[in-house]
Amino acid sequence: MDIYLPIANLSVNALVIVLLGGGVGLLSGMFGVGGGFLTTPLLIVYGIPPTVAAASAASQVTGASVSGVFAHVRRKGVDFKMGGVLVAGGLVGSVLGGWIFRLLQASGQIDTVIAVIYVLLLGSIGALMASESWGEIRRQRSGEPPKARKRRHHPLVASLPLRTRFYRSGLYISPLAPLILGFGVGILTILLGIGGGFILVPAMLYLLGMTTQVVVGTSLFQTLFVTAMATMIHATTTKAVDIVLAALLLLGSVAGAQVGARLASKAKPEYLRLALAVIVLLVAGRIALGLGWRPDEIYSVELS
Amino acid sequence: MRRGWLPLLLAPLLMGQSAPRPTVKPVLVPDVSQRDIEIQYSFTGANLLLFGAILYPQGRLPNDDKPTDIVVVVKGPTQSILVREKDKLGGLIWVNASRLRYRSAPSFYAIASSKPIEQMLDARTRAIYELGVSSLQLSPASNAPLTEQDRFARGLVELKARSGLYVEAPGAVEITDGVLYRARVQIPARVPVGRFTAETFLIRDGRVLAAATRDIEIRKSGFERFVARSADRHAILYGLVAVALSVLFGWAAGQIARRF
Repeated sequence: MDIYLPIANLSVNALVIVLLGGGVGLLSGMFGVGGGFLTTPLLIVYGIPPTVAAASAASQVTGASVSGVFAHVRRKGVDFKMGGVLVAGGLVGSVLGGWIFRLLQASGQIDTVIAVIYVLLLGSIGALMASESWGEIRRQRSGEPPKARKRRHHPLVASLPLRTRFYRSGLYISPLAPLILGFGVGILTILLGIGGGFILVPAMLYLLGMTTQVVVGTSLFQTLFVTAMATMIHATTTKAVDIVLAALLLLGSVAGAQVGARLASKAKPEYLRLALAVIVLLVAGRIALGLGWRPDEIYSVELS
Repeated sequence: MRRGWLPLLLAPLLMGQSAPRPTVKPVLVPDVSQRDIEIQYSFTGANLLLFGAILYPQGRLPNDDKPTDIVVVVKGPTQSILVREKDKLGGLIWVNASRLRYRSAPSFYAIASSKPIEQMLDARTRAIYELGVSSLQLSPASNAPLTEQDRFARGLVELKARSGLYVEAPGAVEITDGVLYRARVQIPARVPVGRFTAETFLIRDGRVLAAATRDIEIRKSGFERFVARSADRHAILYGLVAVALSVLFGWAAGQIARRF
């Protein structure tokens, strides 16, 4: 079933896009990530112009995070104070990200920069997750008792001034730390079309030292607002948000996310983390190869 | 646009020079199957039928054995484009290294002819009428050396050809009884909207004897037109609708899933 995308200016098979959204949604529901890191590259492979892909993938991540946020709010799994500070940083970061995006676009290096950031980020986080979950699986097999990890924030975070209390996170730290964290993730959201959950969650755990119960909910809360902002920025600057493409992706991904969430409740978390790590490393490896291999098209055309 | 029209304006002049015989020249009466192409939700491209008749003075066909040929060219609106060329940086990764701007490259160009265009006309005449993808007047805005300009032009033409936007179809024009002709041209879905032209040329003995043009309008209609306009003119509202849509979808899916 072919359908014409009015902003991307080409026709696509609607079923393929819905299934793509569904597959990504399944993963996002299983692993609690937005899935933007998969949607954008897959859409580009399918032939959607990169700018339209990044701009429309952001709204898919918004949709995928909404139901998650509602579920976590009911469970009191969202620290609104911490979330608010992260969102504030994220909004400022996304505006700056939009400016960097246009600058790189004008110089013609946006695709290379996006690919390099993807390789570095996905590669390092994937490797960390893989080694951590593999260690956990081996420890459980040998029957050793779990090591009690002492929950505490990074010394750098402790040195920042203006401390305040974040009750639900169980923290007494400076709001500057989450503000800077939100700012950095906001820049990446605009540049890469990702929600940033897979950076935010480890950072909240290991840098800020937040209570595990509120980490995922608060991260989704931040993702919801910052990706909504990213859609707005793209709509007003690059004008590349294709609402038909976004609707098709959403249709698949929100359904897939619900199925994924049910599957996840039946699996062991450390196996899920290992599976996610493998997927992340595969994506990073594919993009790295793409940088080094001779590209299919040496020439590219843009309107001026 | 200017460049594209120039040969047409010159055409009567040039034809006057090239046909010194006192006989009245033949006239082309062309038409296309669709004057307006509307892009709607299931648009996957259009199959244009270009047809017409060759009217000879007093209805007499030339009785020598020189072949008569027809060339049909469909051109899209010209665009100002920037072409980038990738190069390997430090032997490690491929990056966009150099670029060249073109002021008026046609967004779409299809040429159908009754036999390969190189067998009908010499290179100079082909360049005057812009017949064939290698004879296009791209008007590069650059003072780069000619070898580099050639390399970019070849790269651009090959890229456009691979995506079906520059097409050469020798042998696609069918001539019946020497007076009727027909050709099919496929317009892919990824063409820009705007005014397209269908030019028909009558070629005999290495000369263009007659030319005629028809306009084709391609535009988005209905919902597609509404979306494209809203995105452009009411960007903030459009963005808000996109965000609202994604929140609604996510919320609805969550509600439905809770029931089961």
